Amino acid sequence: MFRVSGFGVRGSGFELQAAPNSQLETPNSKLPVRMVVPPDEPMTEAHRRAVDAILDRHRRDPGALLAILQDVQDVANYVPRPWIEAVCEALGIPHGRAWRMATFFKAFSLRPRGRHVCTVCTGTACHVRGAPRLVDKMRRDFGVGPGETTPDMELTLETVNCVGACALAPLVILDGEYHGNVTSAGLGKVVKEIRP
Amino acid sequence: MIAMPLRSAGALEERRAEVSAATDSGRSVVAICAGTGCVACGAGRLADAFRAELAARGPAERVDVRISGCHGFCERGPLVLVNPQGWFYQRVQPKDVAEVIEKTLAGGKPIERLLYADPVTGEKHLRQEDVPFYRRQTRLLLADNGSIDPTSIDDYLAVGGYRALAKALTTMRPEEIVDAIGRSGLRGRGGGGFPTGVKWESCRNAPSPDGVRYVICNGDEGDPGAFMDRSLMEGNPHSIIEGMVVGAYAIGHPGTPVGYIYVRHEYPLAVERLGIAIDRARAYGLLGNDILGTGFSFDIAINKGGGAFVCGESTALMASIEGFVGEPRAKHIHTARRGLYDRPTNLNNVETWANVPRIVEKGADWFASIGTGDVSKDPWGGSKGTKIFSLVGKVNNTGLVEVPMGTTLRRIIFDIGGGVPAGAGFKAVQTGGPSGGCLPESMLDTPIDFDRLAEAGSMMGSGGMIVMDDSTCMVDVARYFTAFLRDESCGKCTTCREGLRRLSFLLERICEGGGIDADLEMLRDVGETVMETSLCALGGTAANPLFSTMRYFADEYVEHVRDGVCRALRCKDLVRYDVVEEMCTGCRVCARGCPVDAIEGRKGEIHSVVHETCIRCGACFEACRFDAIRASSGRYARTSGGKSGGLRRDPVRCERCGAAVAPAAGAPRSGREAAASAPALLCPDCRRKRYGLLFAHVGRI
Repeated sequence: MFRVSGFGVRGSGFELQAAPNSQLETPNSKLPVRMVVPPDEPMTEAHRRAVDAILDRHRRDPGALLAILQDVQDVANYVPRPWIEAVCEALGIPHGRAWRMATFFKAFSLRPRGRHVCTVCTGTACHVRGAPRLVDKMRRDFGVGPGETTPDMELTLETVNCVGACALAPLVILDGEYHGNVTSAGLGKVVKEIRP
Repeated sequence: MIAMPLRSAGALEERRAEVSAATDSGRSVVAICAGTGCVACGAGRLADAFRAELAARGPAERVDVRISGCHGFCERGPLVLVNPQGWFYQRVQPKDVAEVIEKTLAGGKPIERLLYADPVTGEKHLRQEDVPFYRRQTRLLLADNGSIDPTSIDDYLAVGGYRALAKALTTMRPEEIVDAIGRSGLRGRGGGGFPTGVKWESCRNAPSPDGVRYVICNGDEGDPGAFMDRSLMEGNPHSIIEGMVVGAYAIGHPGTPVGYIYVRHEYPLAVERLGIAIDRARAYGLLGNDILGTGFSFDIAINKGGGAFVCGESTALMASIEGFVGEPRAKHIHTARRGLYDRPTNLNNVETWANVPRIVEKGADWFASIGTGDVSKDPWGGSKGTKIFSLVGKVNNTGLVEVPMGTTLRRIIFDIGGGVPAGAGFKAVQTGGPSGGCLPESMLDTPIDFDRLAEAGSMMGSGGMIVMDDSTCMVDVARYFTAFLRDESCGKCTTCREGLRRLSFLLERICEGGGIDADLEMLRDVGETVMETSLCALGGTAANPLFSTMRYFADEYVEHVRDGVCRALRCKDLVRYDVVEEMCTGCRVCARGCPVDAIEGRKGEIHSVVHETCIRCGACFEACRFDAIRASSGRYARTSGGKSGGLRRDPVRCERCGAAVAPAAGAPRSGREAAASAPALLCPDCRRKRYGLLFAHVGRI
C-alpha cells in the first residue's frame, strides 16, 4: 500500500492509492466507555488506552480519520487537543490534517460540551415555523448561543441544519429525545426539566 | 429461523415461499410506524405499551406487535395500522392502547376518535388508502414502507424483494442492465437530474488500473426540509442495497466492485437500520462473496458524514470517504471515470438506487411509460418515473408525497397537501433546497419535472417542498438560505466564500431596515458573480433563492428598502407590537411572558407596550389569547388572534375620528361578544367617550 497523500494533497494526479478494502469489514471491537476529559490536561493512562482502542477499531487506517474522530467525540463528548495529537502521531499524519478535519465538519466540538445537549433544528421548515425564536429564547433564558455551554457545564446549545423530521417543525432534540411542535414557552419547560 | 446463505436463485424463491407461508396466517397485527417522525411523537413508548398490555392480558390474545417503516405522514404520528382489517389510526397515544385492544382487536370495531378526519370536510376515513393524502399519490418506492419491518429481511422477501437481483445476476448480462436503465429514462434524484444510464455507461467503459470500481450511495441528504432519503433508508433499506448490488454487477462485472453508503450523522436511525440490513443481507448470501452462487462478489460499508452540507456534492463526498475534508474538485474528468481513489466511481442518490430494482424487475418500458417527455432518442428529453417530495412548512398535510413526474405543484400542495392552514393565504413554495428557488402562486400550474422547474428559476433538488404563507417574509427566506450557504461553503473558491458573505451581509442589512436602493443592484451583481465563477454546484446555484425571490417578490424587497416595512411581520427590526386597548382584558399573560418586562399595566387594567424596552421577540403576540396584541409594520398589521384571522392589509378606520383601528380578527365567539363588538368601527378613544371605560373591554371573553 503506497500513499503520497499524507499531507492532504489530493487530485494532483500522481498518487495512485491502493484501495483500502479493509474498510469494508465492520469495526470488530466495541467503542470504549464514555469518559469525562477535562480540557488542556495531559492524557492519563485510561485516555491512552481509549485512543488505542479507537484506533484499533479502524485498523489504524488514516483513511478512516473522520470515523476515528467521530469515535473520539463519542467517547470524550468533544475532541480534546491531546487526543487529536495522539491520533495523528499513531497514524503518522501531520496534526494539521486532523485539525483541518475537526474544524471543517460541524459535527465536531473542540470545546467540552455540557452534561445535557439541547439541539435546535434550524432547517427551512423549522425556520418558517419559528425556530429563530427558540434560539433567542435559549439565549435569553440560559445565556447560551449556538455552540456555547453554560458556565456550570450543565447545558450546551447546538443548532443543526435539518434532522429530517420537518413535519414536526419546529423541532428540538434534548439529549437525543425529539420534541416536535415546540413553542418558546414549551421549550423553557422541557429544558427546565433537565436543568432546573 | 436460522439464516443460511442462499446459494442459488431457486433457494431464494424457496426462502420467499417459506416466509410468505409463515406470515399469511390471519393473525391480528398491530404495526406501529417507527420512522424518525413517529419515534419523536412517542412510537417507541407506544410499542412498549402495546406489548406490556398484551402480556398482561395473557397469551389468549393472538396479536403481533411489530414496527414498520415510515408511512410519510409524519405530522399525524404515531401512526398505527391494524391488520388484517387494514384500519389506519393516527396520533395514537399509550393511553389509547387498552381501548384499541378491547374495541378493535377483540371487538372488531373501529375507534372513531383515532381515525383520520379530513380537515376541510370532517369526513373520517377507515383505511389508509381512502385518506386523500394517500389516495392521490402514486406510491411505487414508498409502497412497501408501511407494511414491512425495516429490520427484517424476511419481510422484504415476502413483498418480492431481491427478485430483481436474482433476475439481473442469473438472466441478464451487465450491458443489458446498463441499457435498460438508459432506456427507462431514469435521471438522478439527487438534484442535478443527470441521466443515470449515461453515467453508468461511462463508468462501465472507463478503464480501471486494477479492476476496482466503486459504487456509492449518496445518503448525505443535506437539503433542509427534505427527508425522503431518510424515510427510504429507515423504512426500506433493502431496496437500496438491492439496487446497489444490481448496479455493482452492471458496472463492475467482471472486475472488483466495492460499495459505500454515505449517510449523514444527523440520521442515526438510518445508519442503524442500514447496518442491520447489510448484516442480514450478508447472512443470506445476498452480499459478500459468491452472491446467489453466481460467482459475483460485492460488499458494502457505511460511512458516516460529519455534518457538512457540501459533502452531498459527489467529489466532496469522495474526498470525505478517503479521509480528507469534504472539498469539491473540478470535474474536467467525471467521477464516473476517475472518482474515489482515482477509480471509476458510480455515485447515485438513495432514491435513484431504490428505483433500480423496480426497473430491472418490471422493465424499462414500464418505467418510461410514467412521467413526461420522450427519452427514446435524447436521455435529457424528459423526466420519467415517480418522484418523492417532502411537503412541509405551512401546509395542512405535511409528509412524503410520491407522484409521477409532471404532476402540477397545485395538485401536490392543494389536492394532496390540503392547502395552507385556515386563516392564511398561500404565498410561495420553495423547491430544491438551498440551490432552488421560491415559486409564487402564478407558477402553481407548472408540471414538475427537471426541466420545467429549471425554466421557472428553481430546481428539482432532492425534492424538498416548503410551503410558505403570508406570514413568511421572502427577503428573510433569501437571507436564511444565503446565511445557510455562507456557513456551508467549504471556502475553496474565493467568490463563493467571500461573495456569500457579502450577499448575507446585504440581506441582513435589508432585513434590519438599513438597506439602500443600491443594495438591490449589488445583490444582483454579486449573486451573478458567485454563480458564474464557483467550482461546484453549491456556489453555482447559490444565488437561486435570492434571484427567484427578487424575480417573483420584488415588491417585498422594495418595501423593505424604501419604506422599512416587512409585510409578513417577520423582520424584527421593522415590526412594532402594541396593545389593542379595546380587546385587552388586563390578564397579564403577555406581561408574564415578556422577557424584558416591556409591558406595563396592573391586573385588570389595560396594558401598554414600552417601546424603548421592547425587543420585539413576539412572546406577547404568541401568548395573548384575546386578539389584544397587534403586530404592525407600515400599513400591514395582524392581531394575535390573527393566527386564525389572517393578514389585514388596510387598517379599518374609526367611524367618528378616522383613526386606525385594529379590526377584531375572526368571527365573534359568542352572542354576548357580538353585541359588544357591534360598534367595532370606533377607535378606543371614541369608544371610551361613548360607552365609558367599562364597556371598552367588558364582555369580550
